[in-house]
Amino acid sequence: MNKGFSPMGGRGGFAPTDNGKAPETETKKDYKGLFKRLSGYVMREWHLFFLAILLTFLSNQLALLGPLYSGSAIDAIVAEGGVDFPTVWDNIFKMLSCYVLSAVLSYLLALLMVKLSQRIIRTMRKELFTKISKLPIPFFDKNAVGDIVSRMSYDIDTINSSLSHDLVQVMTSLYTVIGSAIFMLRISKPMMLIFVVTVPITIFFTRYRTRKVRPMFRERSKRLGELNGYAEEMLSGQHTIRTYGREKTISESFNGHNAEAMQATYRAEYFGGTLGPSVNFINNLSIVLVTVLGGILYMYSQSGAIMAGTAFFITLGGVAQFVQYSRKFAGPINEFANILHEFQSAFSAAERVFRVLDEPIETPDAEDAVTLEKVRGEVEFEHVTFSYIPEKPVLKDFTLHVKAGQTVAIVGPTGAGKTTVINLLMRFYDPVSGEIRIDGHPLKDITRESLRRAFTMVLQDTWLFYGSVYDNIVYGKENATREEVKKAARRARIDSFIEGLPDGYDTLITDDGVNISKGQKQLITIARAMLSDAPMLILDEATSNVDSRTEKKIAAAMDALMRERTCFVVAHRLSTIENADLILVLRDGTITESGTHGELLSLGGFYASLYNSQFK
Amino acid sequence: MKRVFSYLFPFRYRMAAGFLIKVLGTVAELLLPVVLTHILKTVVASEDITQVLLWGTLMLVFAIIACAFNIIANRMAATVGQRFSEALRRDLFYRTLTLDTRQTDAFTIPSLESRITTDTYHVHNFVMMIQRMGVRAPILLLGGVVITLLMDATLALVMIAVMPIIFITVYALSRLGVRLYGRVQTSVDGLVRILREDYGGMRVIKALSKENHEKERFEIANQQLSKNEQTASFIMSGTHPVMTLLMNCGIAAVTALAAIRVAKNSSDAETVVAFMQYFTLISMALMAVSRMFVMFSKCSASARRISEVLAAPYEILPDAEGENGKTDDFITVENLTFSYAGRKNDLENINISLPYGVSFGIIGGTGSGKSTLIKLLLRFYDATEGEIFFRGKSIRSYTREEIAPFVGVAHQKDFLYADTVFENVCFGRDLTKDDVEAALRIAQAADFVHALPEGLDTRLSTGGTNLSGGQRQRLLIARAVAGIPPLLILDDASSALDYKTDAALRAALRELGDAMTTITVAQRVSSVMSCDKILVLDDGRAVGYGTHAELMENCPIYREISDSQMGGALFE
Repeated sequence: MNKGFSPMGGRGGFAPTDNGKAPETETKKDYKGLFKRLSGYVMREWHLFFLAILLTFLSNQLALLGPLYSGSAIDAIVAEGGVDFPTVWDNIFKMLSCYVLSAVLSYLLALLMVKLSQRIIRTMRKELFTKISKLPIPFFDKNAVGDIVSRMSYDIDTINSSLSHDLVQVMTSLYTVIGSAIFMLRISKPMMLIFVVTVPITIFFTRYRTRKVRPMFRERSKRLGELNGYAEEMLSGQHTIRTYGREKTISESFNGHNAEAMQATYRAEYFGGTLGPSVNFINNLSIVLVTVLGGILYMYSQSGAIMAGTAFFITLGGVAQFVQYSRKFAGPINEFANILHEFQSAFSAAERVFRVLDEPIETPDAEDAVTLEKVRGEVEFEHVTFSYIPEKPVLKDFTLHVKAGQTVAIVGPTGAGKTTVINLLMRFYDPVSGEIRIDGHPLKDITRESLRRAFTMVLQDTWLFYGSVYDNIVYGKENATREEVKKAARRARIDSFIEGLPDGYDTLITDDGVNISKGQKQLITIARAMLSDAPMLILDEATSNVDSRTEKKIAAAMDALMRERTCFVVAHRLSTIENADLILVLRDGTITESGTHGELLSLGGFYASLYNSQFK
Repeated sequence: MKRVFSYLFPFRYRMAAGFLIKVLGTVAELLLPVVLTHILKTVVASEDITQVLLWGTLMLVFAIIACAFNIIANRMAATVGQRFSEALRRDLFYRTLTLDTRQTDAFTIPSLESRITTDTYHVHNFVMMIQRMGVRAPILLLGGVVITLLMDATLALVMIAVMPIIFITVYALSRLGVRLYGRVQTSVDGLVRILREDYGGMRVIKALSKENHEKERFEIANQQLSKNEQTASFIMSGTHPVMTLLMNCGIAAVTALAAIRVAKNSSDAETVVAFMQYFTLISMALMAVSRMFVMFSKCSASARRISEVLAAPYEILPDAEGENGKTDDFITVENLTFSYAGRKNDLENINISLPYGVSFGIIGGTGSGKSTLIKLLLRFYDATEGEIFFRGKSIRSYTREEIAPFVGVAHQKDFLYADTVFENVCFGRDLTKDDVEAALRIAQAADFVHALPEGLDTRLSTGGTNLSGGQRQRLLIARAVAGIPPLLILDDASSALDYKTDAALRAALRELGDAMTTITVAQRVSSVMSCDKILVLDDGRAVGYGTHAELMENCPIYREISDSQMGGALFE
């Protein structure tokens, strides 16, 4: 587990664990549509949002008033005829009140925005997960889990920081810029001319620089992502690398990636390093100009060349105020480029999240779909054709009639379509043509839930989740009693192992699962199946990880499980196949042979030749 | 931690130069308000516009110097950062690969992964920040304090009084925040775990119609994460308002005090104006310094995690004193006992002798200790008791690298990576194309490889997922036999092969004659029955040792396994 500090919560930068998924081409995005959709989420909490706007204005207004009072206080200090104490105290009091109130309001605002954005991203995560649980199986077969994980964590986090931070930042900046401009105009209109020059320079300069530097940072992220990907891949093969003593060779090629990544980092940081000082320079330039011009105007105002009340007149306090406001004014303008960038990445992140939300879900059940009840277990495949990729059919004109209670074994080389039969039966995939019926009902007329409930599955890839052993077994039948669970475990010959675990049935099955072998995991899933009372059973290499002695020991229980049920068994072990009522030999998507073990042997075909080859 | 920062040592002169340049740039920037005060205070009084313009030009010069020097220093810093991180990451990765298996087990792979990726990234960022801001902020801070003290000591003292309060508040809040974000990370991990689990188990979930149950499970994690994130953000959001407020209170206090002092003629209004400038500057610097402290605590945690790996001692070292074996066997195992955790023996009192050129089988159920024995033969671990002799010498006298050229190993689930078929088989060894082709033929992989669109140059995806299970396994076997190593270990490697292919593989291996000593580890009797010698393991103990016929005769467990399998697998 990553015990380091998360890139989550921190703003800016990138998550180095993001594997540097190259940002999808940023050309011509539908920003308008995205913006609408995102604001839809914000508008669900519109009352919070409007309160936030109100607070932003209030707190910033107060913050802007501060320097005004401070300027008046200074003017009162240098007032002719000595310090005008009442005015000074009055202004200091006003100034303090403004600042205190402003601080309180801005904290409230921050809380509000955190609350708002948390509500939104919580909803988003929920929607995303709900969506995922509704997606059809092909989606999971096609898309890597890492990609979804990065959408769930990294992308949503980006949206979060944009909502909770950047949104306020933009509003504040806008307000501060406009507000300070107004105040500065009030103090001295001619001095504002300085900003007519410097502000465009800043804007053009930062835009120019960021446009140049951003691809470099993107390149850096990409290279770092590749580097991390390479490191992760190689670490997963560490055992093998050691076996072959390839540490040096692998390190060398790692160093290649490393050098590339650091070169990209260097370039980004080399060119990125000019931005800060340059922007600082432009700010300083403004201050220089303000000082010189302010100084000159003040000189003339003092000497009476500029009459009090005219546009060019300025006091010393006025110059001081102006300097203060000009700092306030310049800050947000420099920030704008950054914030725009943040918003852009938030939009990209939102787009990636929305793309999953827009994935087509499993076609909903027909309105008049029947609920399977009291299933007899008669299964028919009628001229079924299926392919995962359009031009490569996996099943061709597949026809099969299974009577209730029969056991069908499906054998054949990899890629022959064994697992496909099961995928179709469970409606994980739908056939391209042909029809599958259970008890005479076509599958597409049956509700998915009742169809799936009619089956129990044990698969080669055992699936256990983070939870107690007990929870994992009881998963298939919530209302099972503890005694029933234990009985199922006993029948699967895993009870003594479980009892031997530190906390028995309450032992946590953790990610690494060091304490439990693959075979034991499979036995747990078999116990899970033993609990179920579904009328049909699917065993897809169900005992592939169990050693043969244990397999023999659970054989009786497996037989009991299979008795009275319609069973589909995919297996490579002879013992599991031999007793089937019907053995199907699948080759290249078609049934080449079918019959009982005896019949197939006497047929003398593919099955028989394979069976006999083992005794050579 | 010192270990990590020692990587900066080669760059000390460059860094010193960079610091110096940065200092000059910062001083220039610090002088700007001084000149500003001077203009407003003295120059303006002279009523001479040229003077104002002259002093203004000086300000401009300072601004240019500040800008140029900062840029130069930043660029120098970029070079240092690049070379430092490259070297650090390079050594870290190498050390990670060369860790002993026991150490890897203790660190765990995901943790090692994040040390190489996230932790080096944090350290890099810190090194960059300390170079870019580590000079500027403290100097602005110190210089600001000195200048204000010179300008008006009394006013400066007010300011200095406020500073520790700001610093402590920011620092404390940030530290708390870091801790709270640690909790957030744990919740994120929990949420992601559920997502990963369900993603992989969607067939089961859908089969059992447990979608709603999973949604609830996820929602609990979702709420938890949201709660923790909210708490952390609430705390961290306080930093900015508190800091701004304290700073503004300082300004108010300075103004008030200034009023009194001006009235007493011990100060003047222009000083007050300049003071405001410095106050803002100093507060900004203070903020930066406190942020640096927070960054440092993050970085030091990362640096510690990196150091742990770098400083991990080499445990399995060649022992020159290694006892010499008494036999001419390739491998002799004497009274070997081994325990992973020290509680129960995973292997107990194993004795075997393997002359050159024999074929040797190890059979046993899951958890019987077959793979453990193989790991000991490769010196992934050292025996708890007993000895292994490799080519007549104690295995303890070899390094792992010295053993490697003698062996080819194929495990059941082994490592294929995103590169060409050729590279995956060759695996960075000095092998020719002919060697690889020959290996593919032995491993019964030549046909399918040649049928691939680009043959040997076809790129595999990560984990070789663009191949079928049987194809993957044949490539792994090809890797093991490539170059015909003296010792070939097939660790449950043919379990995904159908019987015909398995038989063809064994026939091809037999054709090589005595060139290779082979060890076949299997659960299937059919895979080992033709071996010259077979070891039967049960729960870490040797319960049978002999030929197939002998074992059928006098090893009940072996007979039981054989009977239950009736010859083994039929199909792929």
